Amino acid sequence: MTDTFSRGDVERVAHLARLELNAEEKDLFARQLAGILAYAEQIQRVPTEGVEPTSHAGDAAMLRDDEVQPSLPRAASLAAAPDADAAAGLFKVPRVIG
Amino acid sequence: MESPTRARDIRDAIVSGQRSAVETCREALDRIAALNPPLNAFRAVVPERALARAAELDARADRTTLPLLGVPVALKDNICTRGIATTASSRILDGYVPPYDATVVERLEAAGAVIVGKTNCDEFAMGSSTENSAFGPTCNPWSVDRTPGGSSGGSAAAVAARMVPVALGSDTGGSIRQPAALCGVVGFKPSYGRVSRYGLIAFASSLDQIGPFATTVADAAVMMDVLAGPDPRDSTASAAPVPDFSRTLDGNDKRMAGVRVGVPRHLFAEGVDAEVNAAFEAALEVTRGLGAELVDVSLPYSPQAIPVYYVIATAEASSNLARYDGVRYGHRAANAKTPVEMYERTRGAGFGREVKRRIILGTYVLSAGYYDAYYRQAQQVRTLIRDDYARALTGVDVIAMPTSPTAAFKLGERTEDPVQMYLSDVFTVGANLAGLPAVTVPCGLTTNRLPVGLQLTGRLMDDATVLRVADVYERATPWSSERPPQPA
Repeated sequence: MTDTFSRGDVERVAHLARLELNAEEKDLFARQLAGILAYAEQIQRVPTEGVEPTSHAGDAAMLRDDEVQPSLPRAASLAAAPDADAAAGLFKVPRVIG
Repeated sequence: MESPTRARDIRDAIVSGQRSAVETCREALDRIAALNPPLNAFRAVVPERALARAAELDARADRTTLPLLGVPVALKDNICTRGIATTASSRILDGYVPPYDATVVERLEAAGAVIVGKTNCDEFAMGSSTENSAFGPTCNPWSVDRTPGGSSGGSAAAVAARMVPVALGSDTGGSIRQPAALCGVVGFKPSYGRVSRYGLIAFASSLDQIGPFATTVADAAVMMDVLAGPDPRDSTASAAPVPDFSRTLDGNDKRMAGVRVGVPRHLFAEGVDAEVNAAFEAALEVTRGLGAELVDVSLPYSPQAIPVYYVIATAEASSNLARYDGVRYGHRAANAKTPVEMYERTRGAGFGREVKRRIILGTYVLSAGYYDAYYRQAQQVRTLIRDDYARALTGVDVIAMPTSPTAAFKLGERTEDPVQMYLSDVFTVGANLAGLPAVTVPCGLTTNRLPVGLQLTGRLMDDATVLRVADVYERATPWSSERPPQPA
């Protein structure tokens, strides 16, 4: 259904994924993804009408009661953050509203 | 007297007082110091922590009850360890120190194992050669100009070079079995849900499974006794009863009378290296000689397994990797003016090529207009592949295949062509798509002395049969005793 994957397609999808790519990567991925998708399209020729999709292959999910349990201390949760205000207990990000 | 190299022997020697855990640990650290530099199997080694832990074990009163007492273990660097940097071999997690342990880490430590370090892998476990590590490739101990396979190449190389007797990896499409085969060791992917994934850095959650590397099936079984079981922190961890894997093997026969081995010959028509094929055929003859019955089976949808896998795995990866946004952990791009700019630049700088390629592919197959044609269709074909295996496994106990279509390939040989690299997993992805247990055991050496692996796949949650058959095969053949050349 797609025999080409353009640089514009790469840019559109990269933005959806919040992923910055340089010019070389855009060209490389456009070319390689066209090849990968052409290869992947063989699955579209398999008749699947009425076949249930498989989302995972385990025996069954093991559910438990949703009980309050101890969690990580706040300081431990903040310790690996590139920018945090430990005293206030906050992760910091660039200004969201101008 | 030479030091024991198998986990069970190491543990027995410490229990009986012949050696101490500290002595054992020091030897492992010495071997790592001597052998790791040319191989780059380890991302990090933690000598002080390991020796302190070993000393603690030597002083413990209940030490003789511990099934892995003093056994040095290496962990793939996508398994979270409290206080030890865990990077999944990605720049975006460079320097990240998790505040918690994975369930498997808790279980190993409770069993008396000594964690000596973290092993190199393809970035976020995405690859089949360990060349996608942001910190340089791992080399194959059998031939240092070749890859160890991947993505758990560091763990495979560490066990093959006898730096550690056992290690953990993760297997999403073959990432334990393929490197184990290429490095001449045993690698086991348990049934989906047999081992908790809590604390495993997620790649494709419906396919990922943690499992052991070892030099013998018996050691893999000891590891499974420790690792397997339900976990309230992973709802996909199965509540099915866990057998005593070691005891199953202890009572094992020397023959395979009554065992039915399925062989899907139609899959080997093309693309399998002649020497690999010869070793595989010889392995089948061994099983027949041991009393097994060889049965032709058909897996008609298996040729679709690779494309189905790459649609599903990349879709799940694009979702799982959304969490690396520069806010809570890891790398953050400097001086971004807005959050979106921060996310885009952080991820652009933090992820390597293969990870980016898969995020783009996965986002695309989930995006509006393409979801049904790719993602849903792949999930439907996944059902057909699962049904194939279920049908075949009603008539046989295990299905035999070569683990990898080729022996270890040269570094750089497949990096320019993603589809060629993806085909390395042609015989392994099926077990992940169907959730089945699968083991690889060494079954030969090529004329260049490169290892070949025999893969046995079994029924869902019948991990014990897979290990049992592999154990009988292993004990009847010399291949697990073969070692890579000593470095000059």
